[in-house]
Amino acid sequence: MTLTDRPGPPLWLLAELTYRCPLHCAFCYNPVDFARTTADDELDTEAWLRVLNEARALGSVQCGFSGGEPLVRDDLEVLVAEAHRLGYYTNLLTSGVGLTEDRAEALKRAGLDHIQLSFQDTTKELNDFLSHTRTFDLKQKVAQTIKANGWPMVMNCVIHRLNIDHIGQIIEMAVALGAEYLELANNQYYSWALLNRDQLLPSREQIERAERITNEYRAKLGDKIRIFFVVPDYYETRPKKCMNGWGNVFLTVTPDGTALPCHTAKMLPGLSFPNVREMSVGEIWYDSDGFNRYRGDGWMSDTCKTCPDKEKDLGGCRCQAFMLAGDATAPDPVCDKSPAHHVVLDAVARAQQPGAVTTAPLVFRDPKASRQIAP
Amino acid sequence: MSIDTPALASRFRMQWEEAQQAWVLLYPEGMVKLNASAAEILKRCDGSRDVPALVADLETAFDATGLEPDVRAFLDMARQQQWVA
Repeated sequence: MTLTDRPGPPLWLLAELTYRCPLHCAFCYNPVDFARTTADDELDTEAWLRVLNEARALGSVQCGFSGGEPLVRDDLEVLVAEAHRLGYYTNLLTSGVGLTEDRAEALKRAGLDHIQLSFQDTTKELNDFLSHTRTFDLKQKVAQTIKANGWPMVMNCVIHRLNIDHIGQIIEMAVALGAEYLELANNQYYSWALLNRDQLLPSREQIERAERITNEYRAKLGDKIRIFFVVPDYYETRPKKCMNGWGNVFLTVTPDGTALPCHTAKMLPGLSFPNVREMSVGEIWYDSDGFNRYRGDGWMSDTCKTCPDKEKDLGGCRCQAFMLAGDATAPDPVCDKSPAHHVVLDAVARAQQPGAVTTAPLVFRDPKASRQIAP
Repeated sequence: MSIDTPALASRFRMQWEEAQQAWVLLYPEGMVKLNASAAEILKRCDGSRDVPALVADLETAFDATGLEPDVRAFLDMARQQQWVA
């Protein structure tokens, strides 16, 4: 597609069913003000069913049920069954907490295609794994349940400064649990992870070592497991093509029904994003200001507009431009042509020192912290 | 894993997508949009026929000859991608 065509359909629908979550990950990508959305604000079953139907009619085909922890919603099975009936490929993105054998069987009956199981607190799990204690037992049980139901096993582990040196053990843990795919997802610095960036951003040496070890395991393990290793964009000189293009393939619906072109876009100032309670998914996707604002290249700064790489990365991430350069229309500061590239270089330079970069404690994602940050 | 009677791997699902006017392969968190000839080959990968039978079937359906090299090249790629076992 060129930059002037009418967008294709929202092929990917991410249904963030709830922000409620039993976990408190310091790298969570949910907005820091998530506590403003309470259980009472969440879309009800009927509204979600309508969203699923409208998006499918437009051409959505991959459907992710996410959160928070989507298993907190007791209508998950109903939503999965409808998504399956409509012809979506259905993905559940979960920590595994709450995935009992009964619920797994019910989800299987509903037609769930795939479960992505995440490690939420790898350091602790690793310690558990090495000493065979409780959390690892839970993961092992959930992994067995996933396999017993015939789902492909995809494990996702967010990689950061505090766990990256254990990359070999993480891979061995995934193999021991029987995973067919392992995503070693280097942390991206948004939301809670941005608050904790100094604690979480690895050094270049750490990343190079992790990549080398990952490649050694790939050679050793062959077809047994496919391992994806995503380099953090702070260490690149050109930005990522964020969400494969703004309003291009990806549609997120947040727990309260706000529709977003990506799960962090709500932070952008001067943009009002539509709500599925008030507009159809088709009007939202094709006609709303929120989705049209950063399509094409009309919004771009001259740096991006005249850049030979503009179709390749579309100027990078609008949220990162806003967070780091204070301007959502600026080039993504990860790009070495960005006037604000020094902000990224400074963070990277701090990350090169050995040991702890800061004495500040990690801020864990929980409702109390969220209310303190965003009263 | 045998390619004698090729079959779509169980973790992939193939379906027609009206909005894209194309057959697609769906798998965990991903999708491959198939061109028309890839779709015609994969539709016939149901584990019931070997490659010569598959080629014969295609040649009859499309009134063509000499498709075998292309079909074999595609199946090699499909096996590398683990679409076909």
